[in-house]
Amino acid sequence: MNDYLGDVAALARKDLALELRARDTLPAMVLFVLSTLVVFHFALPRDAGDEAAYGLLWVAIVFTALLGLSRAWVPESRDGAIDALVLATRDRSAIWVAKTLAALAFLAVAELVALPAFALLFAPLDAAAVAGAALASIGLCVVGSLAAALASAGRGREVVLPLLVLPLSIPLVVGGVGASISPQAGDYLLFLGVYDAVFAILSWASFEYVITE
Amino acid sequence: MTQTRPSLPVLAVGSTALMSAALLAIFFVAEQDADQGLSQKIFFFHVPIALTAYACFGLGAWKALRVLWTRGERYDLESYTAIHQGTIFGALTLITGCIWAKASWGVWWTWSSNQLVLFLVLFLFYCAYFMLRFSVEDGPRRERVSAVYALFGVALIPVSFFAIRLANDFIHPTVFTREGPQMTGRMFLAFSVAWAAIFALAYVMYRVELAGKRTDAHLRELREALAR
Repeated sequence: MNDYLGDVAALARKDLALELRARDTLPAMVLFVLSTLVVFHFALPRDAGDEAAYGLLWVAIVFTALLGLSRAWVPESRDGAIDALVLATRDRSAIWVAKTLAALAFLAVAELVALPAFALLFAPLDAAAVAGAALASIGLCVVGSLAAALASAGRGREVVLPLLVLPLSIPLVVGGVGASISPQAGDYLLFLGVYDAVFAILSWASFEYVITE
Repeated sequence: MTQTRPSLPVLAVGSTALMSAALLAIFFVAEQDADQGLSQKIFFFHVPIALTAYACFGLGAWKALRVLWTRGERYDLESYTAIHQGTIFGALTLITGCIWAKASWGVWWTWSSNQLVLFLVLFLFYCAYFMLRFSVEDGPRRERVSAVYALFGVALIPVSFFAIRLANDFIHPTVFTREGPQMTGRMFLAFSVAWAAIFALAYVMYRVELAGKRTDAHLRELREALAR
């Protein structure tokens, strides 16, 4: 168990260190989510209520996550690094856990900017909305890091990835929007938790098959 | 393996007979719905087609599990064919659903019909399956990548179902229901025959497509052997 956690920590640290040095993804995600929010201001009709804005916040979050995820496996595919990882005689699902954690860290930073910006520019966010954002982000990264691994098996991963993730993200958007605007936010948070658990188990168990040649 | 199954021509004839019986039962045995009249007859197609599509997706996922389990190349083709048929029947569900919505509610599409929205989500999901599958080169990697995605599909069906029910709470406060009065005995008979007929049709189509795909694969192998 300690070995497993050690593998996860080492791999996740590697992704974060790469990002800190190269700064390929994170600045792009932050800038993207801010630009999207500004575009949305002009896309919304003048008399649209706050509820429409909450919906658009979720579109922005999903697209920002996609932007980050599309680059998630790029370092591994360069120079055949993924082959070396697969050849290591360790539990391969640790690679997926680490990638998910790294993707989650990037998305969390983007949301740390996006949520206050949204509250400032559009409508206030309560604790349930923030909890919904946290749970939905976990779900997005869980599903997204596996889908990114699936997409990277083929040609044109940037094109295929959104097609794979968007249908899977619909329940997350429902949960996130519901947690922001519904009086029964608890139901939506519970639903998001169940989604995260189901897809985390499924992704964790199936990752090995995706990665081996 | 193929010897134990009924042969394709027999199946095709049986499915045609069953379909004729279903048409007779739908139009002559089942009584006319008092409320919706003739347009209610589409129910006898729409619901069995939807159930068949679910069965195809389920079969695809089951075969996908076998791919991962046994690494059998045969199951990959079966899983792919089942999902292909499921997508065809899913599209038919959307089309018949739209026609029924127009006939009974006067609109081609309504977001408050949970089943229709679920099928739209599933249709998009399984269309992406084909995009994924054809972006990966032929081989064991493609088999496994497709299989994992097919397994995600069966998890997505119940999750989306609940999500759409939840979404209706805040998107649409009023919900149309399709459940009219309970089915009478004769309607239920017609429904059962129609279900069996569409199920048989789907199975025949599955077998035909599978036979075609297998012939293609054999032909390719022969060509490669000859080219050497």
